[in-house]
Amino acid sequence: MNNQFTDQELAFRDEVRNFLKVSLPKTTSERVLNGLRLTKEQRVQWQKVLYDKGWIAPNWPVEFGGTGWSATQKYLFEHECAAAGAPEVIAFGLKMVGPVIYTYGTEQQKKRFLPDILKSDVWWCQGFSEAAAGSDLASLQTTATLDGDNYIVSGTKTWTTYAQHADWIFCLARSPDRSLKNQQAINFLLIKMDTLGIKVSPIMMLDGQREINEVHFDNVVVPAENLIGEPNKGWSYAKMLLTHERTNIAKVAISKTRLKNLRKMASEPPKGGVALIDDHAFALKLAELEIELRSLEYTEMRTLAAVSSGGAPGPESSILKIKGTEVAQFIDELYVEAAGYYCLPFVNDQFHSDTNAEFPREHHIGQGSETDRAPWYFNNRKASIYGGSNEVQKVIICKSVLGL
Amino acid sequence: MNFSFSDEQRMLCDSVSRFVKQQYSFDQREVARQKEAGFDDKNWALFAELGWLMVPFSEKAGGLSGKAADVMIVMEELGKGLVVEPYFANTLLAGKLISELSSNSNSNAMLENMMAGEYQFSLAYCEPQSRYDLANISTQAEVFDNEFVLNGHKSVVLNAAMADMLVVIARTSSFQTDKNGLSAILVDPQSPGVDIRCYPTVDGFQAADIYFSNVTVAKSSLLGNLDDAFPALEKTVDFATFGVCAEAIGMMEMLYKKTVEYTKERQQFGKPLASFQALQHRMADMFIEYEQAKSAVLMAAMELDSTQGFAPKEVSAAKSRVGKAARLIGQEAVQLHGGMGVTDELDIGHYFKRLTAIQFVLGSTDFHTQRYASLCR
Repeated sequence: MNNQFTDQELAFRDEVRNFLKVSLPKTTSERVLNGLRLTKEQRVQWQKVLYDKGWIAPNWPVEFGGTGWSATQKYLFEHECAAAGAPEVIAFGLKMVGPVIYTYGTEQQKKRFLPDILKSDVWWCQGFSEAAAGSDLASLQTTATLDGDNYIVSGTKTWTTYAQHADWIFCLARSPDRSLKNQQAINFLLIKMDTLGIKVSPIMMLDGQREINEVHFDNVVVPAENLIGEPNKGWSYAKMLLTHERTNIAKVAISKTRLKNLRKMASEPPKGGVALIDDHAFALKLAELEIELRSLEYTEMRTLAAVSSGGAPGPESSILKIKGTEVAQFIDELYVEAAGYYCLPFVNDQFHSDTNAEFPREHHIGQGSETDRAPWYFNNRKASIYGGSNEVQKVIICKSVLGL
Repeated sequence: MNFSFSDEQRMLCDSVSRFVKQQYSFDQREVARQKEAGFDDKNWALFAELGWLMVPFSEKAGGLSGKAADVMIVMEELGKGLVVEPYFANTLLAGKLISELSSNSNSNAMLENMMAGEYQFSLAYCEPQSRYDLANISTQAEVFDNEFVLNGHKSVVLNAAMADMLVVIARTSSFQTDKNGLSAILVDPQSPGVDIRCYPTVDGFQAADIYFSNVTVAKSSLLGNLDDAFPALEKTVDFATFGVCAEAIGMMEMLYKKTVEYTKERQQFGKPLASFQALQHRMADMFIEYEQAKSAVLMAAMELDSTQGFAPKEVSAAKSRVGKAARLIGQEAVQLHGGMGVTDELDIGHYFKRLTAIQFVLGSTDFHTQRYASLCR
């Protein structure tokens, strides 16, 4: 039992570090480290750099384009990326539908979809939730009716992140047979977003940004060859995807970097003022948060170690989701606290000249990115709600771990 | 990075675990606790025979290796059984300090006897005013040509009544809160002028307040160097703190599992308590707290083993995290057991009492959060 890295692992870490130093655009990493939004182009650009290096999908099996790294290597990669301010890889293709396709898809589906996912040439979104099917996802009402060689899909999906950018959507839709139980009537379909009958309408979030959407399907014709696996078995594929999603949500590495920056920020006294870290109550909150996060890091490593010695990312991934989002949201809150009065100005993303022409650099309000902290705090309340709300995660722990 | 036990660790774990399961039921524990010594010396002899008392000590001192992870294994398993034999007070606290300071053949021999199960130590360091400040020591040891003369009051000294030898932290120079000027001195509890007032503690152990008035001790009883006991004391208390954290992990595992089992059996409103979601989520919280606290203790173990046994930041992180978890799990276990939880008859309340005690010894939860914060500056 030890927490030491081997010489090979340290050499690998240095390789990753050097790669990031050379290949990660400064304009991108600065925005990431300041908690600012990226454009689709900035994200795709970075993902293509990773693809060219062969590092875009560390979690995939080697035969489909994975890296074959050990759990420790993946850990080091993730932590180096976060520390350097590399953007998170958009999960929908690479971490969600990708694994479903290479696990349950046909040879033809693998050939058709996986290369574009790896190259980030195709942008995916997730059609799971509906207005009346949130935590109770299996009660979804969107229908997929088989008609010859096609499914006819009708219904409305909601909370669909980046649907406005997406080329494809992976969708859960139920068979019309009402005698089937919810979980036994679900189909997992891949649908092209420009198909006739699909309409995307934006939902504005608390930070004033368009991140999520409603996606309406009005008798959309989907070739049956775009069904994953068997008809009515989609629920089990979705559950596998959700386990991956939950582990991905912990974001320990990113929280570590953000907390480090927060501590640095709080340690610098403003001109003529007192450093926030000298506020005893704030220093204690920071300490408590850091202890929680470091513990979570070990919980994550324990989970990874179990996975790499043959286990699956089991229900423990629920702990990672719950604690990971709690920690991230607490960090969000402390950033708002650190901003003081500058939590008030609602000048969304004043650094982003693309989306906000009103604020050229010389007109900035505040000293850094303080004015983006409150909008981000409001936005990220989503984290304990999506991916199965934290309350649903507790139900999973009760059922699968405690046997209640 | 590696979380799995070595073969030796696996064997050690099995050995302690088997003892607790087969020879240390809650009833047997209560019988041991009510013996005159406050524990069963047959058990203690068995611990020695099985080599457990040698675990924390270096091979040079006659021990087995002294890895933090090994101590974690022993303490976690002992915690599961609510073991009252003085492994913590005798071996981890007093014994460890002696091994840190050990400089003469006399104390080496005593330490070897302790590992053989034939000798009991007790460390007297706390005083009524010192709370968690290890340097706040007013007990004086006046230095003469051939002897020390001790005067002062030591509070809540664990294992004092059974001790063959006391290790007393006394001030040999400087002012009351200075880290310099402290010395560790061996004192025979039978010496004239030593007044030991014994009592049981709420968590099932034995302790005493000790008054020293003009107690004369030979110069040769000094451990280590004069005026220089503090670094070893701090390191020892930190290591012992890590030890009780591991003990707490064992207890918390028992508590959350026992609570889950109980709520599955107990019927109210015509169905098991476990079927109520208001209770289910609280048990999920107990489980999460346990896992997070366990991670913190693993982190401390690994840091201690990669830093020659001194990792104050990580030990404070562990004590702070364990304290928080211990409070929640202890209180919730009692609550979910209903009336049975507050009876003396059931083991649940006794786990709760020991977990509560752990929160307030060796630095409280808040103390360690603050210590962590200041070590980050």
